[in-house]
Amino acid sequence: MIVPYSHVIFLAGILFLMGMFCTVTRRNLMMMVLGLEIMLNAAAIAFIGAALRHGHMDGHAMVIFIIAVAAAEVSIGLALIVCIYRKTGTIDAGCIEGDVCEL
Amino acid sequence: MTLYSFIFYILAAVILLSTGWAITRRNLVHAVIYLVISFFGSAMLFYLMGAPLLAALEVIIYAGAIMILFLFIIMMLRVEGIEERLFPLKQWLPAMGLGFISFQVCIFLLISAGSEEPLKAAMAEPAIFGHFLFRQHWLSIEIVSMLLLIALIGVLHLGMEKKRKESGE
Repeated sequence: MIVPYSHVIFLAGILFLMGMFCTVTRRNLMMMVLGLEIMLNAAAIAFIGAALRHGHMDGHAMVIFIIAVAAAEVSIGLALIVCIYRKTGTIDAGCIEGDVCEL
Repeated sequence: MTLYSFIFYILAAVILLSTGWAITRRNLVHAVIYLVISFFGSAMLFYLMGAPLLAALEVIIYAGAIMILFLFIIMMLRVEGIEERLFPLKQWLPAMGLGFISFQVCIFLLISAGSEEPLKAAMAEPAIFGHFLFRQHWLSIEIVSMLLLIALIGVLHLGMEKKRKESGE
C-alpha cells in the first residue's frame, strides 16, 4: 500500500505549476527551457501514478515517449539559444528584438 | 502509515523543495544542480511506483544527459549578469488569480478524494514491459525514433548555418 492516487496527482500538479511559474516569470531563456523540463517531468509522474492505479502498462509506454520528446525538445531548444546568442549576444528574452535592452 | 507511504512523502518533499529552490536561483549552475537532485528524487519515486526501467532511464537521460547538456551550454555562453525582473505589476493580478484558482482546484482534488483507497504496490518487470512496448506500440516507437533523427538533423543545421554565413561574408 503506498498512498492514495490523489496525492500523486497533487504532487504532479504542484510540480507542473512550479514549472509554469518558472517558464512565465523568468527572463533568462535557459531558465525557461528548464521550466519546460519540469513540466514534462510532472506529466511523467502523473502518468506513472495512473499506470499504477489502473494496473496497465500504457502509462509507462507514454513516459518513454515523454522522455524521448523531452530529449528532442531540449536539444532543439538549446541549439536555438546558441543561435540567438550568436546573433544578438544575449539570452535575455526581453532583449532579443532590439539592439538595446528596453526595460 | 506504511513504510512505502512514508518514503513517498519524503521523496515528494525532496522533489518539491529542490524544484522550488531551482526555479528561484539566480545562478544557472545552482539551478541545474538543484534540478538534478529533483530528478533523482523523481527517479526514486518511479522505482517506488513500480517502474524500475523508467527509473533507470530517468537517471540516465534526464539527470545525466539533459542536465549535463544544460551545464555545457551554460559554460559555453556568458550568461552572467542578466537582470532578472518579474513581469509588470499590472500583470500580477491575473497571474495571481489564475494561480490561486489552480491551487484551489488542486486542494479540492486532494480533499474530495479523501476516502479513496491507497494504491497497491506493483512492479512492471523490464522484460515484460519491453515486450509490451514493442508489441503494442511499435509504430509509436518508430515515430519517436524519427523524431529524434529529425531533431539531430535540425540541430546540425542550426549549428552549421552561422559558420556558412561567416565564411560567406
